[in-house]
Amino acid sequence: MSSRADEIELSGAPEQGRSLFSDALLRLRANRAALASLGLLGFIVVAVVVGPWLSPHDYFTQNYGAIWVPPTTTESHWFGTDGLGRDLFVRALQGGRISLLIGLVATLVSLVIGVAYGATAGYAGGRVDGVMMRIVDILYAMPFLFFVILLMVFFGRNILLIFVAIGAINWLDMARIVRGQALALKQQPFIEAARMSGASPFAIVLRHIVPNLLGVVAVYITLTIPQVILFESFLSFLGLGVQEPATSWGALIKDGADEMGRAPWLLIVPAVFLAVTLFCFNFIGDGLRDALDPKDR
Amino acid sequence: MLLDVRDLKVSFDTPDGVVEAVRGLDLQLAAGEAVGIVGESGSGKSQSVLALMGLLADNARVTGSAKLQTGDGAVELIGARRRVLERIRGARIAMIFQDPMTTLNPHLRIATQMTEVLKRHRGLKGRAATTAAIEMLEAVRIPDASRRIRYYPHQFSGGMRQRVMIAMSLACEPDILVADEPTTALDVTVQADILDLMAELRTRTKTALLLITHDLGVVAGQTERVLVMRNGEVVERGPIDTLFAAPQHDYTQRLLAAVPRLETPRRADGGR
Repeated sequence: MSSRADEIELSGAPEQGRSLFSDALLRLRANRAALASLGLLGFIVVAVVVGPWLSPHDYFTQNYGAIWVPPTTTESHWFGTDGLGRDLFVRALQGGRISLLIGLVATLVSLVIGVAYGATAGYAGGRVDGVMMRIVDILYAMPFLFFVILLMVFFGRNILLIFVAIGAINWLDMARIVRGQALALKQQPFIEAARMSGASPFAIVLRHIVPNLLGVVAVYITLTIPQVILFESFLSFLGLGVQEPATSWGALIKDGADEMGRAPWLLIVPAVFLAVTLFCFNFIGDGLRDALDPKDR
Repeated sequence: MLLDVRDLKVSFDTPDGVVEAVRGLDLQLAAGEAVGIVGESGSGKSQSVLALMGLLADNARVTGSAKLQTGDGAVELIGARRRVLERIRGARIAMIFQDPMTTLNPHLRIATQMTEVLKRHRGLKGRAATTAAIEMLEAVRIPDASRRIRYYPHQFSGGMRQRVMIAMSLACEPDILVADEPTTALDVTVQADILDLMAELRTRTKTALLLITHDLGVVAGQTERVLVMRNGEVVERGPIDTLFAAPQHDYTQRLLAAVPRLETPRRADGGR
């Protein structure tokens, strides 16, 4: 390379190297739907965290003087109250805390287990891979709803258990996806080069396979969180989720559905929260997937 | 003798039966010496070196012996335990691959990848490792190395990436550098640069070279002795001058005849 070519390249060179991932984030910024979703989701998260402190009410105090109050600005029941006179504004946000928390924690659990398991199976290959993936197949065949119901019956309905149960289901998908990716990555010349430079299998999985999974995993996280939230809502809807007076969006929707005719706001408010949140996650996931697609680069 | 390979055989168990890739290779390499292995695709030249490193696919069977002289005596490479090989790979025997576009991890900075090797084999830490890596990049003439070390591979051109690979492979001052078609994927103008650079660094570090290629021109410029392989067997071996002046084996003669020359008229099919 001539020195002139070097100069030209240097004059326009960025100060820091830019990773493929930060490249993708830049592209994500150009995606309006994803960006708007990100903003809206940020707003919901802030509202859910801060909101309950802004209202003079709390989520568990019953007030028989103010039952079935429709959404109104008087008496500061902005979203109305339920049949026990509890303020829906606070309850919806409190429910959001639980729903989002379950979504995050369960996804994190499935992420850690799934990536470790999948990357190991994929990189090891051969018989190890065969055995590990058959175990996944067997676990897949278990009727998980039944399994969760049994857990609830034995150990009582507590939130921690819901985290564990949902995480235990979702890591299977993650393991399969990661394993497929790891199998493909393993054939890459840079993995062979890493082996050639004396890296141990553990170091290769940790330093070379896992970073390359970032893209897929990032997409998968944004698609798993809404799935988990939905599943928790489903459990709560069946009455297996969080216990009164604590609540989640699913539990609120169930209560609202029971009183649909008399107090439609009890159904509409949590349903809108849930739907908007799920929309946001899915749009972000879609945007991330597009942004990380190497063909668009 | 730095490396002494005797009767190396490699075969693969495939669903269609056993495929014999290497049928008895003998190879001696002295310290600092440069030996070329030439042959067409599938002649077993790459599989031979991969066998030495224990990097063959799981269905491979390797027999024979390959002794590497190290500080604490000779080490048998064939059938050696994984941990033994991991200490040799990258430290005593390093390798440069054909395609520099894919042999660097696209998600890690050059700094990360280079210091990883230095930390593993030379026990360097943090800033010392980075400094050593920058020195290596400067040695392979990457301009502005201290800044570019923070770049990702896709920000380098093919020739520069191959230089980075050379820097990485020579970072631990190995005894043997295995170069598997190091210039095949590069432009002709860049090829010469890379070969010169390799030769220059090798004389500085006194590293022996095992050059695998199908390009006789590359072998002629870089090595002292040549092995010609075909169908897993060595058909001819000898010093570079005699082999080029008076090739004995029919296959070697045909290989030499196939080298394009400026004075002969170009054939209709382009004649690569």
